[in-house]
Amino acid sequence: MLTVVTFLPLLVCAVLLLLPRTLPERAYVWVWITTAAVDLALVVGVWTGYDTDGGMQYEQRVRWIPSAGVGYHVGVDGLSLPLVALTCLLFLAVAVHSLRETRRVRSYVCLFLFLQTVSIGLFVALDLILFFVFFDLSIVGMFFVIAGWGHGERARAAALKFFLYTFVGSLALLLGFIGLYLAADPHTFDIVDLTRANPLAGRGLYAGLVLLAIGVGLAVKTPTVPFHTWLPPAHTDAPATGSAILAGVLLKMGTYGFVRIAMPLLPGSWRHYALVIVIVGAVSVVYGALVALAQTDFKRMIAYTSVNHMGYVVLAVGAAGTLAGSDAQARTLAVTGAVTQMVSHGLITAALFLLAGVLYDRGRTYTMDSYSGLAAHAPRFAAVTAVAAFASLGIPGFSGFIAEFQIFTGSLASHAIATAIAVTGILITAALFLTALRRMFLGTPRLPETIPTGIVRDLRKAEALSTVPLLAVALVIGIAPRWLLDVIEPASRTLTGLVAR
Amino acid sequence: MNENLAALIPEIALLGAAVIGLLAGSWLPRRRQWLVAVLAAAACATGLTATAVTMVTDREQTVFAAAFAVDAATDTGRLIVLVALLLIICMSVETVRRHKREAEYWVLLLMTGAGTLALTGANDLLMLFAAYLLASVPAYALAGFAKDAPGTEAALKYYLMGALLGITMLAGTALLYGAGHATHYSELAKTLPSAPYGLVAVGLVGVLAGLLFKIGAVPAHFWVPDVTDGAPAPVAAYVTTLPKVGGLIAGYRLLQQALADSDVNWPLLLAILAAVTMTLGNLAAFFQTSVKRLLAYSTISQVGYLLMALAVTTRSGTVQRSLLLYLAAYAVTNLGAFAVVATLPRARALTDYRGLARRRPDLAAVLVVCLLGLVGTPPTGVFLGKLEIFSATIDGGYTWLAALAVANTVASLFYYLRWLGPLFLTTGTAPTDTQTGPRRWSAATAHLAGTLSLTLGIAGQAVLTIAEGPLLP
Repeated sequence: MLTVVTFLPLLVCAVLLLLPRTLPERAYVWVWITTAAVDLALVVGVWTGYDTDGGMQYEQRVRWIPSAGVGYHVGVDGLSLPLVALTCLLFLAVAVHSLRETRRVRSYVCLFLFLQTVSIGLFVALDLILFFVFFDLSIVGMFFVIAGWGHGERARAAALKFFLYTFVGSLALLLGFIGLYLAADPHTFDIVDLTRANPLAGRGLYAGLVLLAIGVGLAVKTPTVPFHTWLPPAHTDAPATGSAILAGVLLKMGTYGFVRIAMPLLPGSWRHYALVIVIVGAVSVVYGALVALAQTDFKRMIAYTSVNHMGYVVLAVGAAGTLAGSDAQARTLAVTGAVTQMVSHGLITAALFLLAGVLYDRGRTYTMDSYSGLAAHAPRFAAVTAVAAFASLGIPGFSGFIAEFQIFTGSLASHAIATAIAVTGILITAALFLTALRRMFLGTPRLPETIPTGIVRDLRKAEALSTVPLLAVALVIGIAPRWLLDVIEPASRTLTGLVAR
Repeated sequence: MNENLAALIPEIALLGAAVIGLLAGSWLPRRRQWLVAVLAAAACATGLTATAVTMVTDREQTVFAAAFAVDAATDTGRLIVLVALLLIICMSVETVRRHKREAEYWVLLLMTGAGTLALTGANDLLMLFAAYLLASVPAYALAGFAKDAPGTEAALKYYLMGALLGITMLAGTALLYGAGHATHYSELAKTLPSAPYGLVAVGLVGVLAGLLFKIGAVPAHFWVPDVTDGAPAPVAAYVTTLPKVGGLIAGYRLLQQALADSDVNWPLLLAILAAVTMTLGNLAAFFQTSVKRLLAYSTISQVGYLLMALAVTTRSGTVQRSLLLYLAAYAVTNLGAFAVVATLPRARALTDYRGLARRRPDLAAVLVVCLLGLVGTPPTGVFLGKLEIFSATIDGGYTWLAALAVANTVASLFYYLRWLGPLFLTTGTAPTDTQTGPRRWSAATAHLAGTLSLTLGIAGQAVLTIAEGPLLP
């Protein structure tokens, strides 16, 4: 079942490539939308059949390269299922948003279908090498999206920077994986087997180095301070849809790696270095928020808030590794909050990036000072953006609040100071979003010189259909989160148990 | 004494075809000389069949006073060499068609191929040196095949370095013989541990010098960029691929069989050579503008990764299969990239590849697969090879070397992307190559090699399975 969910987009991509080029461009996008919808429906099917207390489910294990200890092993649990669903939803939204794409549509659609397979594959992978394959391919796919459909010559430089940075990270990750593989007896890359064996228990420095390699690899992808410098240019110069997938799905690969690999496979070192991780998280929160506050470019600002939001996740997973001063319930709460935050950030930031794309489509610039009083010209656009901004700053009623509330509650007991510092992040984010909204949407109407007619078209149907549902899901999670938390919580409890052993 | 000639069918097939091809080529009219190419391909196919039969029926043995071993390493090496040779024959078709010396080209290719096969099985120092000569001498002639100024310079440089290091190798052989009173590996393994340290060390360095020349590793790498740039593309593909397969398997066998118990610290020497080779190759490739020179330096850095396996030969149990897997994957991936170059003979600079994705999407796809493959991006074969070699290196206690290799891998990404980037440019597209015809054979080779490169990544278990097996003494 998971194999079908994972490889359906790739299959469609292959079929599209084999078909003659004479198909109208719209047809490609409609095929994509259909595929994404079918995939989402399949995931909803998986979710309905998922037993919340059943641990790893829908498992499938096939021998692949047994001599090298590599197998094809997939499955979902409460940590990965929400992210798989998020991935499918975001790709559907992006597909709908792409209805107006005119540049090389065939390659564009194929590339995104490929990326969807890669992203889902990463979240269901239960083998380190399978995980790595998808991790690396996500970089390759996103490189071509940014270089091919980004904003001009700068996009190519940004794509190169993105590729080099994240590739460094992925190779560090590979070294860490090899370290785990060699420590296990018999040698294996299987995540489930390695979790059971806990091969690096009591291996001191060696385990620390493996955690360092894996931690750096994932931290680059997440990204946390000080490995975040690739993120702002990549986001600024990527097309809106690319940014939405990059922020909504690809960044989650880093944080998902922490909860799927680093924590359960290296529990001893994770506990030992938890304080470092908490500090990195807290610094990312505050630094990301402060730098975002200083931005004049709307899209760059959202990019930096991603650093801020991912910082909360890192803080939470660090706190989940601190046994002193906390009980199992608090740590479980922190992990649940971290996973909820991944979902929430995916929904809200993807919507924000798609809206930034609308802004660029109208005015050909992201500079906030160029716009003023937009609400008068485009009331629907202003309203949706305002809702997304409020959701992003963590106002109660949206998913961000649920996530951050759990993170802070779970972390407060063991890391009171770090948590207190991180809370100021919310304050700064609120300030920056409110400032941005005031600058762009309120005040006397003024438009950039790129719009000589003085008319700004309001949100189109496809643009509304791709953003409003994302925010609606965030709202549903914010008001009635049990359906999501019931899935995440048992898995968090298991994970906390694994870390504490 | 076992003198079973049937064990040597692949070598004999290539040499026999070379002799027949030379005679036939003297009488065939120019438009019928392609028959020699068919003969060459048939010889490769015969060799492949014979190797497959050997493997299926477990006829591993040593022949001729155990000077030549036919074991798992030889068999896998033969498969790699013969498949690579077939690919090279296919991509050469347009380059030499109707050439006045067409038959000679095929004959030289067959002979140097036979020499490479002999390198993989050499189990004796004298056999090793004979194989070195058989593999090298025809290759010098091939490098100068076009008889133009760059080709002649390349051939001369190649020949002079080969002659110098060949003599060094012979001197090393003499020293090892003096130290160990034997040339056969299994006897050397017994006598060398008690031989004078300095003698063994100097002798080993001498022998390694010849092998380093064959594989194009630092400090014997100076010929690689000139030959790659000066020779026709298929010859460049040959000299950067096959000698590495032969030389590295020969080196592995020498170190594993003759020097395993010696107290000479050759693992460290090879580790340092590996580190220097991969780093220098990468640094030199950074700002190349010619595609062939870029590929030349990239092959030097690839040798660095391969030498890592030799450094941990006796320290890790998985060296043999990781070396052979990497060689197989490297061979098809490198040949794929060269096949694209051979298909577009007028595109010599990186900028000539602008907009290729639009004009020839198939070739652009092959380049993406092969160049990202050379970086080691999954799911290509080289990724699996790198994974195995890095694992073996860390297992063998050279973690620093593996870390350096990772850093080099990242650095190599930069210049491969410099090539890949222009492919997708839509402005300032380079003019279409119309004068040279469609070049169907080279293009087909490129497709095949690209597919093989991906297949090896997904079904690499096949190579790992056949590469498993002890070396015969």
